[in-house]
Amino acid sequence: MHAESLPAGKTAALKAFEGMAAEPGVAKPDPILVVDNVVRRFGGLTAVNVNHVEIQRGSITALIGPNGAGKTTFFNQLTGFDTADEGQWTFNGRNMNGVSAYKVARQGMVRTFQLTKALSKLTVIENMRLGAQAQRGENFFRGLFPALWRGQEDEITLQAEELLERFKLDAKRDDFAGSLSGGQRKLLEMARALMGKPELVMLDEPMAGVNPALTQSLLGHVKNLRELGMTVLFVEHDMDMVRDISDWVIVMAQGQVIAEGPPDSVMSDHRVVDAYLGAHHDAPLSAEEEERQLHEAEAELEKEVKE
Amino acid sequence: MDWTLIISRAVEAGIGSEAIIYALAAIGLNVQFGYTGLLNFGQAGFLAIGAYSIAVTVATFGLPFFLGVGIGLLLAAVLALLLGIPTLRLRADYLAIVTIAAAEIVRLVVRSVALSDTFGGTDGLQAFSGSFYDMNPYPPGEYGIPPIIGFDNRSMWVLTVGWVLVAIASFILFMAMKSPWGRVLKAIREDEDAVRSLGKNVFSYKMQALVIGGVIGSMAGFIFALSRSAVQPDLYSTDLTFYAYTVLILGGAARILGPIVGSMLFWLLLILIGTGLENAVNTGTITFITVNQVGAIRLMLVGLGLILLLIYRPQGIFGDKREISLDAR
Repeated sequence: MHAESLPAGKTAALKAFEGMAAEPGVAKPDPILVVDNVVRRFGGLTAVNVNHVEIQRGSITALIGPNGAGKTTFFNQLTGFDTADEGQWTFNGRNMNGVSAYKVARQGMVRTFQLTKALSKLTVIENMRLGAQAQRGENFFRGLFPALWRGQEDEITLQAEELLERFKLDAKRDDFAGSLSGGQRKLLEMARALMGKPELVMLDEPMAGVNPALTQSLLGHVKNLRELGMTVLFVEHDMDMVRDISDWVIVMAQGQVIAEGPPDSVMSDHRVVDAYLGAHHDAPLSAEEEERQLHEAEAELEKEVKE
Repeated sequence: MDWTLIISRAVEAGIGSEAIIYALAAIGLNVQFGYTGLLNFGQAGFLAIGAYSIAVTVATFGLPFFLGVGIGLLLAAVLALLLGIPTLRLRADYLAIVTIAAAEIVRLVVRSVALSDTFGGTDGLQAFSGSFYDMNPYPPGEYGIPPIIGFDNRSMWVLTVGWVLVAIASFILFMAMKSPWGRVLKAIREDEDAVRSLGKNVFSYKMQALVIGGVIGSMAGFIFALSRSAVQPDLYSTDLTFYAYTVLILGGAARILGPIVGSMLFWLLLILIGTGLENAVNTGTITFITVNQVGAIRLMLVGLGLILLLIYRPQGIFGDKREISLDAR
């Protein structure tokens, strides 16, 4: 690939975002996921309170925010792993609130986890096969007759082997997943999610605990998902990575979406800076304010001396 | 020391009705605990349901034997559903609590005074196995390999039916566990959230495992009742469940042959030690214990053996060491 020409998916995504207002909840031309008024409370704490947010189809969208901003909780709401107290969201126009996690995955919205969930006592290839949808042999009675599912199993295995090759795990095909390194487990989890042929891939901190050498390869795989026509939404802390691969960034703080925008400019948005560093952290002291503080300090000293 | 007697008793126990009962009970647990990771501590309840279904249908109501078998299988499935619906969505420990209580409820109901007209109270029920033994194809006589193995024709009929049931159940599980269905169960044992995120209905699979394991448990109950031609409520207490777990872990969980070999070996060793000690005391070889203490000492030795097994071979006889030792983190 020539250094200056961008891949087709990137160009298309950038074009879609061109000239878009960098405001929270801004409408996208072709949203795959539309979220309205999702609220999740844990007792008195409102962990998530998202008014409106849209995810553009075919883009890589990053969801960032300081620790405790509610990113993972928000992920859990959307994927059915936790029930939202209020609100609704649609995926491809279909209402998804109250839909259980496995049905969400079947609709084409597949997630990975912050703490990798490689099934360590299954081999790598079995992990991969498990990811395929609508398997005939997953019914108990049909499972008893290999003739009914052997053909489909072979197709699944072929698909799995292709993916393993792409993710450079083919050498580990018959090893137990538990024997893989942390980074390889992340790769396996991502590859396994792709077995279900999802439309929207939701990655919860894909880079957490991955060594720098493997980060580049993981980044490449995430970018490649967009080129294959998938939409990616990911949670991440590493700003370099966010800047490198995302087309659009959504910033959450204290459960709310506080800013949106292209990766280059969103980080200089004052609301984002405030959320990460606290408001007024860099407000200069005015002359009067300085004077007043000085007087206060003097008064205090005098008081102490008198006593 | 009468070694012929000791070995003969031990070998007979190793292939006898106890071995069948515990093998079937442990096969059921293997589906639930070994493959799916469900802690069913109430397997005794499923055995009781199987045993009492035959006994009550035939002895109390005078209905046909095979109707009792059908009712037993059906009730075991119903009990599994009842236990599973509220608990399978919760953490694994809740199922353990609920099943252990449910098994006790079954036992206390069948031994209650108020229902003794139906279930026979603490004495249980007899005289229900007639039509089963009427089907016996073995003519009266002694069968086996003298002087070690010898069974009468009634035992031979129970053993034949019992081992055929064990073989059928094991074959079905062998096929099922090789299939994608079995793969989903093993994945649920590891991490059910991961399986859910891949679009599998985890609740339904756990329920299927619970029902299949319970139904196999009720078959163990059939053999328990028929081999003794009697049912007594206190035979179905929690010890039975924990012996079945012992058998499963001895043989190796999540292995098709695990519960079978585990059960045979468990009974062979238990009787070998028991008869051996008894014989040694009677013949004066061992003088520091009495015959009455043999039963307790036998169980102590079994316990010691299990502790050693868990330390030095936690995966059991057939288990795969790698499946045990690999840990997520």
